[in-house]
Amino acid sequence: MMLVPCPWCGPRHAGEFGYVGEVQPRPDPTTATTTEWRDYLYLRHNRAGWTRERWYHRMGCRRYIVVERDTVTNEIRRSP
Amino acid sequence: MTGSSRASSDRRSRYSGLSLLRHAVSGRPWPPAWRSHDLRAGYDVVIIGGGVHGLATAYYLARNHGITDVAVLDKGYLGGGGSGRNTAILRSNYLTPEGVRFYDRSLELYAGLAADLNFNVMFSRRGHLTLAHSDASLRTMRWRAEVNKVSGVDSEVIDAADVKRLVPHLDVTAGARYPILGGLHHPPGGIVRHDAVVWGYARAADSLGAHLHQDTEVTGIDVRAGRVRGVRTTRGDIAAPVVLNATAGWSTLVADLAGVRLPVQTFPLQAAVTEPVKPFLRTVVVSGSLHVYVSQTSRGELVFGASVDPFASYSTRGSLEFTEGLAGHVLQLMPSLAKLRLLRQWAGLCDMTPDFAPIMGHTDVEGFLVDVGWGTYGFKAGPVAGEAMADCIAHGRPPDLIAPFGLQRFAEGRLMGEKGAAAVGH
Repeated sequence: MMLVPCPWCGPRHAGEFGYVGEVQPRPDPTTATTTEWRDYLYLRHNRAGWTRERWYHRMGCRRYIVVERDTVTNEIRRSP
Repeated sequence: MTGSSRASSDRRSRYSGLSLLRHAVSGRPWPPAWRSHDLRAGYDVVIIGGGVHGLATAYYLARNHGITDVAVLDKGYLGGGGSGRNTAILRSNYLTPEGVRFYDRSLELYAGLAADLNFNVMFSRRGHLTLAHSDASLRTMRWRAEVNKVSGVDSEVIDAADVKRLVPHLDVTAGARYPILGGLHHPPGGIVRHDAVVWGYARAADSLGAHLHQDTEVTGIDVRAGRVRGVRTTRGDIAAPVVLNATAGWSTLVADLAGVRLPVQTFPLQAAVTEPVKPFLRTVVVSGSLHVYVSQTSRGELVFGASVDPFASYSTRGSLEFTEGLAGHVLQLMPSLAKLRLLRQWAGLCDMTPDFAPIMGHTDVEGFLVDVGWGTYGFKAGPVAGEAMADCIAHGRPPDLIAPFGLQRFAEGRLMGEKGAAAVGH
């Protein structure tokens, strides 16, 4: 299994984390059109390769963290 | 086509007891079930993905609509993706009326498939049993059973004693970590030989004139003025007014080539198979709480499947951690299997959508169609998806059966909410 590099706790077993998903900018809900908001809700890049994504360290520091992962090899590294 | 008409009529020779005997006596090798072709410069329809969906679409295009100028492209070999990695379970006890209607048509096609294709697909209608380990899941099952019965699908909630009668090897004692309180029994469900389904459709589509191109990866899709013009492949360019994306796992990457974005994320799903033993398990057994499903193949192997991995990935490597967990869950259900050995494990890629329902039909790019987002339910839908997509291509609009599954439902806020899609939790 993978070790997720938590910036607060160090490398920890992936089972301690919840997978949130790829990082994408959140449109301003007061100005976003319905289409923009639905695109934000449902559309994903689903890249095969390096992706910036959010994980939740639910059994550790309980913080949301951002890491980079290669979705083909599952190689994982800290986000710069 | 005329040059190959003689070869084509040879290949149409039917598989029968007599031809089996003739080949056994003469020792002559069987002719290949489908041909290889040079890539033509243009086709009426190009189907990307040579799995059960793509091949079924090619077959029904020819058989139901007389459209035979069709190419099926696959970057690997036919049936090497999801079609060869699933656990071959068929059922139609879904939760939404649209889902029930759709998957029930698929089951109907599967039941007649061997005769239709003249190819033994080993369909075994042995019943499908989903176990309830809590009052909450019993309640959901009653709901599902009622939705099913209204649509004319045989589906019944049974108690623990009936579960034990159906599958004597199950541990139904109250002391179990996940006690079995009852189950949803779906007698029309069953299993089929997944490779045979692929080969049967490939052979039938080929004999009706479709070109099957293996080792042909699509590297680009030409779109001009909002209309698809053709595809670029590793073996050359093809002009085509209609291109269907029937891939799984890579469906978003293929759609990206046409500039179409999909609400799909790819997750691996791991499965494993044991050494073969004498037949003892007639029913397909599923436990949502334990994230596992078990069935015994005609060869005697036990096939175990799980839920999707906890994070998105394109990796098809299995993991020891998963296998240990899976084996542990199976043993909680059937402790008597403790001495069985696992032969192999693997992972397949599941394209998950936000509402656990597939995406079929047109996109904003004219002529570019999708048959994607098949999550963990693609194989059982192969025949009906092929039939419906062929109809959609021939008539230029989706038939009623798949109209609710269009890509536009995400923009229109009409999601399906097909929780019954998942045999086990996600």
